[in-house]
Amino acid sequence: MLDTALKGRQGYWSWLIFLLALMGVGLGCYLYQFQEGLRITGMSRDVSWGFYIAQFTYLVGVAASGVMVVLPYYLHNYKAFGRITVLGEFLAIAAITMCLLFIFVDLGNPVRILNVILYPTPNSILFWDMIVLNVYLLLNLFVGWNVLSAERKGIPYRKWVKVLAYISIPWAFSIHTVTAFLYAGLPGRHFWLTAIMAARFLASAFCSGPALLILLCLIVRKVSRFDPGREQIRTLSGIVAYAMILNVFFFLLELFTAFYSQIPSHKIHFIFLFAGLEGYGKLAPWMWTATGFAILSLILLIVPATRRNLDTLAVACAAVVIATWIDKGLGLIIGGFTPNPFERVTPYWPTTPEIFITVGVWATGFFVLTVLYKMAVSVKEEVGA
Amino acid sequence: MGVNRRDFLKIAGIAGLFGLSGRAAMDILAPGELEAAEKPVAPPGVKRWAMVVDSRKMDEALMDKCIEACHREHNVPNYGNPKEEIKWVWKEDYHHSFPGQQHAFIEEDLKHKEFLLMCNHCSNPPCCRVCPTQATFQREDGIIMMDMHRCIGCRFCMAACPFGARSFNWGDPWRVTRVEELKKLNPDFPTNRTYPTRSKGVVEKCTFCASRLARGEVPACVEAANEVTEGALIFGDLNDPESGVREALRKHYSIRRKPELGTEPNLYFIV
Repeated sequence: MLDTALKGRQGYWSWLIFLLALMGVGLGCYLYQFQEGLRITGMSRDVSWGFYIAQFTYLVGVAASGVMVVLPYYLHNYKAFGRITVLGEFLAIAAITMCLLFIFVDLGNPVRILNVILYPTPNSILFWDMIVLNVYLLLNLFVGWNVLSAERKGIPYRKWVKVLAYISIPWAFSIHTVTAFLYAGLPGRHFWLTAIMAARFLASAFCSGPALLILLCLIVRKVSRFDPGREQIRTLSGIVAYAMILNVFFFLLELFTAFYSQIPSHKIHFIFLFAGLEGYGKLAPWMWTATGFAILSLILLIVPATRRNLDTLAVACAAVVIATWIDKGLGLIIGGFTPNPFERVTPYWPTTPEIFITVGVWATGFFVLTVLYKMAVSVKEEVGA
Repeated sequence: MGVNRRDFLKIAGIAGLFGLSGRAAMDILAPGELEAAEKPVAPPGVKRWAMVVDSRKMDEALMDKCIEACHREHNVPNYGNPKEEIKWVWKEDYHHSFPGQQHAFIEEDLKHKEFLLMCNHCSNPPCCRVCPTQATFQREDGIIMMDMHRCIGCRFCMAACPFGARSFNWGDPWRVTRVEELKKLNPDFPTNRTYPTRSKGVVEKCTFCASRLARGEVPACVEAANEVTEGALIFGDLNDPESGVREALRKHYSIRRKPELGTEPNLYFIV
């Protein structure tokens, strides 16, 4: 099927070349980081994870959200989603690729990465995260690829593909649960030490991922002859609405526990994020922006008229993506490390090379996504013609 | 910890559900716990190292002396930049050493007092629990060791440590011998050529001077402190009722950092 990715119009090639250029810049910056060490980033002994791990966490959510199209189709036999399951699975593949790359660029000693396999350590959550992410990547590759090639040949896919699809459903939940456990089991990090972390992660995943998928479907509609379908988008928008409501609700639960109990170590991280601490408040405008976008998205998603209108739905989805990205891609990690265990504030902000490496990884993900979507759309066009 | 009545009943209940009984149930559901409970608290010959900091006898100059002795022993570089700082043993004021313990009307002396901090060598260490490669591990004598040649630099242990005791080599430590301004801060780096070198991208921390202990010496900071004030730092075996640490803890009121987290620190402070 790769042949379909090698034929395309000028716009397709220009987009790929643009992504390749960004990947090149990112790679250049990474080689600099490889040479000099992670000191070229904004991280410090107090904020020892930063932008990379935050992107990783956000993208695990996007990857897990593939299940929101897979589950209704395979478990509830919701036929309409048959048209777009492959889009959900291919989005998951691109997202996991980025996750693995973000872990890799964050390692201080990447050449020793195989030590995780050479010295397997079941008591480390990172060991399990490595397993669930890689297996999820393989599951989506096998299922997505086989279903699509069967569709191209006009034959039903094989039985074992369906078995793998069933396995991938609980697996999707597991990747974000295990990722939440990376944080939620650490003594002394009170911002993360909360039983609702995994549930919050899943809620934010199931709104941000499908929101991104809706936006991608709208783009696919524009640039190809394949229409993912109105009903499909409408069902997805309902999923986004419910998940975003849950996401905001879970966040409010955190606020209640912290501020009604008045326990300083629980309150202090929220205060740092939304108001600043010891004169450092660089994140506050971001967090309030996220709040604004979250409210906007909720209004547009809850009011039926704006949810059904594709233009306002696109705005709502973009708002969901921005709000959840700021929440998980900035606030979660920096807020968890600030203040540090001594209750001191060490400012963190990503440096220019750090941002370029991040952009390079995102570009790699979008490159993978574009090629996979090109294949999927070409097959759909072929079959539809 | 052993097995208390409540845990025993729980295990017995679960075992009943699965039709297990007696010793087999204990071995499957709580491996090792029964042996641990049967044994005396201190298995003969096994040490459990701990340190008592007698803060009454400590002053800033003495703490600086301890820090210098440690940093010379372990070639700890000085980057002149707090974000990149490698800390094995360091000074911190009362409020930040024991966050949550301060109040507005605290004794004037204590308010401005600095404390000597280092790795707590916890009996229940979260850093070892999270390490994906066993690069950091607990020895039988309780010391939390760090294999700087296995560490992949994921920094999970730094997130897990509630005491900020772990430092990361953000850059190459050897650049202090190449960069002009850093050369001035580290004129005689490396100060101890017998200590193994480390590379960029690995985590490090206090090891209670495991290599000195192996030679029958006390940790460098303890030696430096006791040269000036006898008993300012007391190092010894908690399993030996006659040891200096046990005697100090028996005679004085002592505190530990964040005991509520259950990591069981082995660094005690007499205030």
